[in-house]
Amino acid sequence: MNILRNVFLRREAGIAVMIVLFCLCVGAVKPRFLTLDELRIILLLTPLILIGAMGQMLVIVARNVDLSIGSMQGFAAMVTAMMFKFHPEIPWFLGFIVAIGVGVALGFVNGALITLFRLPAIIVTLGTLNLYRGLTFIISDAKQIDRQYVPSALKSMSNTSPIFDIPWIIFMALGVTLLTYAFANHSRVGRQVFALGSNPTAAPLRGIRVTAVTLMVFMISGALAGLSGIMYASRWGFVNPSNTGFGFEFQVIAAVVIGGVSINGGVGSVLGVFLGVMLLGCVSAALPLLGIAGASQSAIYGAVIVIALLIDRSVRLRGVASLAALRARA
Amino acid sequence: MTTMAEGAKDTPLIAARGISKSFAGIEVLRDIDLDLARGEIHALLGENGAGKSTFAKIIAGVHRPTRGTLALNGAPVEIPSPIVAQKLGITLIHQEPISFPDLSVAENLVLGRSDGSPLGRVPWAKMTRDAKGLMDLLGVKIDVVKPMRGLSIADQQMVEIARALASDSRLIIMDEPTAPLTPKEVETLFDIARRLRDEGRTIVFISHRLEEVRALCDRVTIFRDGAKVQTDTIGNLTDADIIRLMIGRPLREYMKKLGAAIGEVALKVEGLTLPGVFSDINLEVRTGEIVGLGGLVGAGRTDVARAIFGVAPAASGKVTINGKAVVITEPAQAIDLGLAFVPEDRATAGIFRSLPVEQNITAAAPGKIAPNGFIRRAVERTLATDSVRKLRIRLASLRQPIGELSGGNQQKAILARWLLTDPSVLILDEPTRGIDIGVKAEFYDMIGELAAGGRAILLISSELPELLALCDRVLVMSEGRLTANIPRAEATQEAIMSAAVPRSGREAVAA
Amino acid sequence: MTDHTAPHRVSALDAAAARPRWQVILIRPETMTFVLLVAAVIVSSLLSPYFLDINYILASFTLYAEFSLVALVLTIVIISGEIDLSPASNMALSACLFAWTYRAGLPMPLAILVGIGSGMLMGVINGLLVIGLELPSIIVTIGTLTLYRGLAQIIAGDQSIRLPQYFIGINTYLIAGVPVPVLLFIVVSIVLGFVLGATIWGRQIYQVGTSEIAARHAGIRAKRIKFTLFIVVGFASSIAGLITASRLGSVRYDLGLGGELQMVLMAMLGGTYIFGGRGSILGTFLAAWLLSVISTGMTTANLLPATQLCVLGVLLIVSIVATNLIYSRTQR
Repeated sequence: MNILRNVFLRREAGIAVMIVLFCLCVGAVKPRFLTLDELRIILLLTPLILIGAMGQMLVIVARNVDLSIGSMQGFAAMVTAMMFKFHPEIPWFLGFIVAIGVGVALGFVNGALITLFRLPAIIVTLGTLNLYRGLTFIISDAKQIDRQYVPSALKSMSNTSPIFDIPWIIFMALGVTLLTYAFANHSRVGRQVFALGSNPTAAPLRGIRVTAVTLMVFMISGALAGLSGIMYASRWGFVNPSNTGFGFEFQVIAAVVIGGVSINGGVGSVLGVFLGVMLLGCVSAALPLLGIAGASQSAIYGAVIVIALLIDRSVRLRGVASLAALRARA
Repeated sequence: MTTMAEGAKDTPLIAARGISKSFAGIEVLRDIDLDLARGEIHALLGENGAGKSTFAKIIAGVHRPTRGTLALNGAPVEIPSPIVAQKLGITLIHQEPISFPDLSVAENLVLGRSDGSPLGRVPWAKMTRDAKGLMDLLGVKIDVVKPMRGLSIADQQMVEIARALASDSRLIIMDEPTAPLTPKEVETLFDIARRLRDEGRTIVFISHRLEEVRALCDRVTIFRDGAKVQTDTIGNLTDADIIRLMIGRPLREYMKKLGAAIGEVALKVEGLTLPGVFSDINLEVRTGEIVGLGGLVGAGRTDVARAIFGVAPAASGKVTINGKAVVITEPAQAIDLGLAFVPEDRATAGIFRSLPVEQNITAAAPGKIAPNGFIRRAVERTLATDSVRKLRIRLASLRQPIGELSGGNQQKAILARWLLTDPSVLILDEPTRGIDIGVKAEFYDMIGELAAGGRAILLISSELPELLALCDRVLVMSEGRLTANIPRAEATQEAIMSAAVPRSGREAVAA
Repeated sequence: MTDHTAPHRVSALDAAAARPRWQVILIRPETMTFVLLVAAVIVSSLLSPYFLDINYILASFTLYAEFSLVALVLTIVIISGEIDLSPASNMALSACLFAWTYRAGLPMPLAILVGIGSGMLMGVINGLLVIGLELPSIIVTIGTLTLYRGLAQIIAGDQSIRLPQYFIGINTYLIAGVPVPVLLFIVVSIVLGFVLGATIWGRQIYQVGTSEIAARHAGIRAKRIKFTLFIVVGFASSIAGLITASRLGSVRYDLGLGGELQMVLMAMLGGTYIFGGRGSILGTFLAAWLLSVISTGMTTANLLPATQLCVLGVLLIVSIVATNLIYSRTQR
């Protein structure tokens, strides 16, 4: 009956199983991996990617892609950090508004270029990826904002909170995840995003305002990238024009693809993406324990993207869609 | 269920006056005056390209008329978009239903309805309940929580109808709805249509299937070549009358086949099987012979053709060409062996839309224009010019993009492409679909000449008159199997139709 | 006898009239590129009189010759309907493997073979994933670009692998006054331009890019063509990687970092249609020079590398807007 649904459910369950298996395997070699301290480390690796992945998921579900989130994170972080440095009198929590606001503006530029000129998102965001990174260098004069300028209240958000000593940023990331879930599954606009990705030609015929929805998803992606920017400052304590956000987009895309979001749009689940991020977090945390150099992280992410695509394809082929796909293929 | 009282009792629901429509300078509708009454099932009949679909799309807001006026319940009205049409209570159900395949049935029903702004929560529980209610009302068993992707075409149509009901449509236009349906599904559809009519709604039924029109409709309007020929109650017209009005002359005079000498077996297929699509297909085509392959949409005919040609090979079976057993895994091989395939969907699988006509014509014969790898433009030009002359392709220049040509001329160019490969076996898949009547006649002549010239032709067609007129034998497929092999002398529309319908429904077909 | 004079209406135009020839020749993206190139040279010469010296232009082009070489092949890949974002990482990994095997004791010719072979192998991997397994090329090559760069990082770590003196400085050798890499670029452009424009394979590449389904139906071996193209890109990348290594004198894992942007930019500035089916070697050829003039000009004007990056990003966007506009205007 619900063959497709079952396939989907299998996907999330499958990721969960992979996580458990992976942790058990690593734990067998290095028992330290299975401690609460380690869990804390893993969790601390993930909040930024989790937030970014929520935004990217919406973009990809709408049958687009946003390659510029890393540069948006860098730019938003730099703007906020410079504000802290040169105007320390401003209350630190306003930094959140600044970062998110900057992100929204950058996302709007992306969305406007894509909808106004009907340009492929891939190329536009490839362009803005470089544009925003360059702007980051320019406004900061290629200089890093050091630890002493980042408000300690902000930094402590990554260390602790009154609730079980779990850092605030983890709650924030979980909060964003829950919000995205509510948005994607229980709001009309959210369902329109899925509809748009599922059949972009039918969408206008059904009263979906394609331009507005597309702009919206890119602005959300930007907002979340901006949020991840100030969280970067919180987590690492400094902002650097070349490092902050560098390679972020690849980690996020890896998580999203693992999480079962289809490149063709219309399909994706928040739970799946969450599990994908967790899996990547476990893998990243395991690497230093196993003595694998940090340099190989990129390689692993790349391999992970490819493997996830392979799994995606074999799962799809076994689904009900296979017959129609067989006929549709030339 | 709804109040239909608006305007005087006799006021037609829709009154069209002088509706005309041109596309890029080509007039497809001319001065249509037509009334659609409330509480009737009204058929629009006509050949492909006669204008019936275009007219319906104008009423549904998909196209805007170049001239003419529309009135809804006596009041003048403009219908600039499908969304406006929906608000006015007009729904168009396409032949291939539009849906969001990844969303559930319930969501597809609700999306786009003008109730409530996009902001706001999705009332899942209510949505599911309402959707179930609609399905029950239609008497259809569809799980509303399932994604649309898994549904059959018939079920997707039902969902479209449910959408129309949910938005209280007073005019529901169905565009060739029965092509992909089994007779049982057709009966369900007709029952629903009758019930809707009895409630006071209007149904417009576009088709060229006379028996269905006769079974279902109250009045019928016949279109021919962009003009309205006649509107009448169905009881006042015989089938012969209708055909005469549709085509303009009696059927028999319209198409004639040249006699050709039939020789050896050129194409032989044995036990061809692709699980889930078709099974145990056995057929033979001899040189000089035109073998028809009829059946309903979805019976698997195109799949068989694609399997023979190597586009989507079969899982098992034997293919023999001119006496030699072959295994074909890709079209390039098939071409080398003397096969040619004119696909059904020329827009996607046929033409290179933005490339010059010249290149399109020579695309399948690289050996002729570039024997050493370097393209010889003079040779190409000559070959293309020859083809244009022989097939009477009308164009402004060989260098223009083929997308600028009309459908009929594009199809001629595709045929020219395949003729350049000197095939011994030609598989034609719905070659005259969407083509002007005059050009159709040219095609029939060409097909006849090809056979007379010694080629073996397999003609896949859904147009029964075409099969009857051109073919020496008519094979029929149903649900992936061959169900009939009818010689010309015994071939009738009924014989083909009854072999085409699925076995379960065969008793249900009226005598 | 069928009556062809049947009273049906066939309008006088069975097809739209063709465009006048001069329009076809002039309104193309390559013209835009050429105009931009001329404009860029003029503007740059105002910044610095060096730009009027052909030798200066040639010498400064050597910095971009490697990317340009690969961009030529990348253009053909895009015309065929696919995309490959991994060449820059391919360059790095090929060069790293070459340098590492050389340092490990392999004789130079063999090390070079290793470099080239690994480049082609990377192309094969891309090809298998995209063509064999039918995965979307954009995501696959994002994955492989990360993977290859990461592998380069593993092999070379943070170090520069020095190369022997005789290998260094290929860009300083001149043939007929032209630096070798630039000459190679020009020669390859001519060859590829000829192949694409005058041979049946070139024609078929355009057809595959216009409609892969129609191409398959017409008997064109689309998959074979695309797979071959991926391997050729890999080959070109490895050569480019070696040339870069020679120019820089040493190999680091970050060789060619950011190169994918520049290559795609060259293809786009040259009027290649991102969705396939249109583009030309001439366009990319002109665009490569254009980019070189712009980049060198920016450096001469003392623009920060960051600013230059911005400019490139903006250029990319502007170039696709313009290309799309031109293509949509000339298509009915």
